Amino acid sequence: MSYQRVKFYQTGTFTIGNRLLDESNRTVQAGMDRTNSLNSGHRACQGCGEALGARYALDAVMRATHQQMVAVNATGCLEVFSSPYPESAWQIPWLHSLFGNAPAVASGVAAALRAKGRKDVRVIAQGGDGATVDIGFGCLSGMFERNDDVLYVCYDNEAYMNTGVQRSGSTPPRAWTNTTQAVGAHPGNPMGIGKNLPRIAMAHGIPYVATASVADLHDLEAKVTKAMKFRGARYIHIHVPCPLGWKSDPAHTIKVARLAVECGLFPLIEAEGGEVTDRTPIREKVPVEPYLELQGRFKHLFHPRDARALETIQAIADANIHRYQLLPVKA
Amino acid sequence: MERKPFAITLNPASSLANHTGNWRTMRPVYVDHLPPCNQGCPAGENIQGWLYEAEEGKYEQAWRKIMEENPFPAIHGRVCYHPCETACNRGQLDEPVSIHAVERFLGDYAIEQGWQVKAGVETGKRVLVVGAGPSGLSAAYHLARLGHAVTIIEAGPKPGGMMRFGIPQYRLPRNVLDAEIARIVAMGVSIHLNQKVENLEKTIKEGGFDAVFLAIGAHLSKRVNIPGRDAGRMIDALGFLKGMDGRAVPKIGRRVVVYGGGDTAIDAARTAKRLGAEETILIYRRDRGHMPAHDFEVEEALEEGVLTRWLHTIRQVDNTTLTVEEMTLDEQGRPQPTGRIETLEADTVILAVGQDVDTGFLEDVPGLDISSDGVIQVDASMMTGRAGVFAGGDMVPAERTVTVATGHGKKAARHIDAYLRGSEYRKPSPNTVAAYDRLNTWYYTDADKNRQPYLDLARRRASFEEVVGGLDSDTALLEARRCLSCGNCFECDTCYGVCPDNAIIKLGPGQRYEVNYDYCKGCGVCAEECPCGAIDMVKEVR
Ligand SMILES: Cc1cc2nc3c(=O)[nH]c(=O)nc-3n(C[C@H](O)[C@H](O)[C@H](O)COP(=O)(O)OP(=O)(O)OC[C@H]3O[C@@H](n4cnc5c(N)ncnc54)[C@H](O)[C@@H]3O)c2cc1C
Ligand SMILES: Cc1ncc(C[n+]2csc(CCOP(=O)(O)OP(=O)(O)O)c2C)c(N)n1
Ligand code: SF4
Ligand code: SF4
Ligand code: SF4
Ligand SMILES: [Mg+2]
Repeated sequence: MSYQRVKFYQTGTFTIGNRLLDESNRTVQAGMDRTNSLNSGHRACQGCGEALGARYALDAVMRATHQQMVAVNATGCLEVFSSPYPESAWQIPWLHSLFGNAPAVASGVAAALRAKGRKDVRVIAQGGDGATVDIGFGCLSGMFERNDDVLYVCYDNEAYMNTGVQRSGSTPPRAWTNTTQAVGAHPGNPMGIGKNLPRIAMAHGIPYVATASVADLHDLEAKVTKAMKFRGARYIHIHVPCPLGWKSDPAHTIKVARLAVECGLFPLIEAEGGEVTDRTPIREKVPVEPYLELQGRFKHLFHPRDARALETIQAIADANIHRYQLLPVKA
Repeated sequence: MERKPFAITLNPASSLANHTGNWRTMRPVYVDHLPPCNQGCPAGENIQGWLYEAEEGKYEQAWRKIMEENPFPAIHGRVCYHPCETACNRGQLDEPVSIHAVERFLGDYAIEQGWQVKAGVETGKRVLVVGAGPSGLSAAYHLARLGHAVTIIEAGPKPGGMMRFGIPQYRLPRNVLDAEIARIVAMGVSIHLNQKVENLEKTIKEGGFDAVFLAIGAHLSKRVNIPGRDAGRMIDALGFLKGMDGRAVPKIGRRVVVYGGGDTAIDAARTAKRLGAEETILIYRRDRGHMPAHDFEVEEALEEGVLTRWLHTIRQVDNTTLTVEEMTLDEQGRPQPTGRIETLEADTVILAVGQDVDTGFLEDVPGLDISSDGVIQVDASMMTGRAGVFAGGDMVPAERTVTVATGHGKKAARHIDAYLRGSEYRKPSPNTVAAYDRLNTWYYTDADKNRQPYLDLARRRASFEEVVGGLDSDTALLEARRCLSCGNCFECDTCYGVCPDNAIIKLGPGQRYEVNYDYCKGCGVCAEECPCGAIDMVKEVR
């Protein structure tokens, strides 16, 4: 596990803070002095998981680098909702160029800083799943291969949300999107296609790869903090529900993310040099159905009930649980 | 004019200019909901409130919070049947918080530390309290805190009522009882012992009292008609238990039969066992499931070797021979005779079949409404039909427990205070209950209940030593921390953390949080994630 969970009566380290715990066991987000890298007034939808995930990750980077960092952002919701001309919601140095080139721009920024001898300033690149898994993939793979000193953070909301919910290589099987309508014999996104970018990143043998979720902040912050201890190319893939594209209740953003982790569909893992080194065990295992049922994009699996699809999705979750040994450790 | 880069016409601005709060259709508001434990406590304690203090090891603050409502934490931590724990939400998760055990620890710790409570600023009003049981003492305590001069007149030789002359020492050690009463006396309450009020109007007049609280309990043992040749072998449970306070230990012989199914019967049987009776048999007309006694007390009695004859009734007592008949339950659960008769040998038969109120001296008080079953009627302010005379505890229609009696004392004191000031006491209307489904239990850790130690059985059978032990400072702290803080913010920072719009302002330790409505979009994530359900989403009105 990425951090030592404190078993402390009441809530331990499961809540964001905990007045009964030592400050060092609370999160960056619990602090009154957190950066709020992404400030209020941004135009993300109600309950946007991506806005939340970005603040979680970047505030942790700010603390880890003693405020010496610069972020490069791919096009996507995160960029569009945060920077409508002439306003900016960013309280960090922040650059935007194109949809497909964020890893390349970040490589360039890292090279420039190296040329200037600024070892203290660290580079972050970030983008949505479309930017990362699909259009920017070539640049990203190059950045990994060259082992450029960049932490790339992907906010995975499992589709191209900013342009109106189109399928990406990260869209899960059977999910409705505007380009994978819930019609025909196999409604929604076809089974058996798509890419698992954390595993692709691992295959590059880069120093550090991790997955994280907005549902487990302690885990997320620990991974970001750890990533900043390495030099070279690093990759963190964060699961961020999108109420608009997932057709879920904005209030359920974290609940949905939590169920994804607890059912095994989104495993929380860490890898160094291409080898899995750790996983965060599930706390209370649940079947995939409660997770899917909260999202309108899977509605067609339940009306009428598509038992075969549900079984196949459950099998994916079970395979993850088996591969990463996610079952809770018995006390 | 400042020169701008090519194609740039506007100055850079912050997103703070964009008040996203105007998107909102629902708004989050912080609310203190009523925790089910508080709702369940007959003494009206703010249990969640004092557990919150105890969680941080702030034992004195925790104790003082209890003392705002109940002057007897050490006593209640022992004898209260803790309906709070039956209501506790944690019971649906694993086991209820052992509220009584923490309360007892705080009460004992306060006695050890000698913590006291101050009387209020003198009002010059004089109040008479009749009876020094839990109800009378509780009223006296609260009246003293409100600044009134209180005189208690008590018929018995010592204060405490049934807490001393009913509840046995192995459940309530007398040094604990004495210490919690002494604290009330130290506040200036005077207790006149060995004086029975015979003529209420005369006592009021002579003492110049402005108001009265009656709390005389229910001390007359009910009778049952059992034909018997040697009545001397039949005694009533109250007389028997009361005798335990004297020097002369009641003589009961080798074989004892206790007749009844309530807590008093159980206490009588367990006491008889401790006095050396080789055989103590509890006879009750219905079965165990129908006993009015609390099951844990039945269990403790069985452990100590008390024997039972459920579904039996005593038909006749002939010297040491008892004729008993087996009973059966009809569909309504009522006992019906079967005609199957047997005999038993007993040196003493102890009758524990209930108590009545001794209302004799109240019959000529004008306006007093005594119902046919002998209890005194009171209105919502605990006042009887005679203006200025209030009543509570076992003598009014209610459940007969120490806790209800103590709660009545507090309630009456608040109404007496208002009466004396010529105003009306209005209890603030309670908030909606923080039911289990308000909680987001994912955030709570698993935590086993801390169990209280028990005296070993051999010593339980042979002595009056306290059976159940207390938690220590460490285990009490852990137990307090099992509380889920239902419906009341406990500053876990979760709302502050999960808001995608940074619209929750953290005000700092002890200050809780505020919503920044300029930016809150009303998504409801904070309300959904709050572990204890302290945030409501309410319709936005513009
Ligand atoms: C054996 C036994 C065990 C019990 N165990 C428990 C238990 O574990 N938990 C629990 O919650 N409850 C228990 N109860 C019930 C509880 O003790 C009573 O409900 C409670 O004590 C009632 O309080 P009270 O103040 O109304 O009356 P009491 O406690 O009966 O006090 C009334 C006082 O008024 C005095 N008095 C009466 N008449 C006059 C008069 N005319 N002038 C002056 N003084 C007078 C009496 O001497 C007495 O001291 C038990 C009761 C018994 C009998
Ligand atoms: C080269 C190019 N093609 C298409 C677009 C239009 N476009 C902008 S954002 C976006 C989708 C972004 O999806 P993703 O990266 O998953 O981010 P999200 O909005 O879902 O957070 C697209 C297609 C573009 N800006 N540039
Ligand atoms: S569309 Fe989805 S990702 Fe984009 S701002 Fe709205 S909730 Fe966030
Ligand atoms: S968990 Fe705490 S606040 Fe909730 S009912 Fe139990 S004691 Fe009361
Ligand atoms: S999480 Fe933030 S934006 Fe959403 S309702 Fe709560 S305060 Fe408002
Ligand atoms: Mg996306």
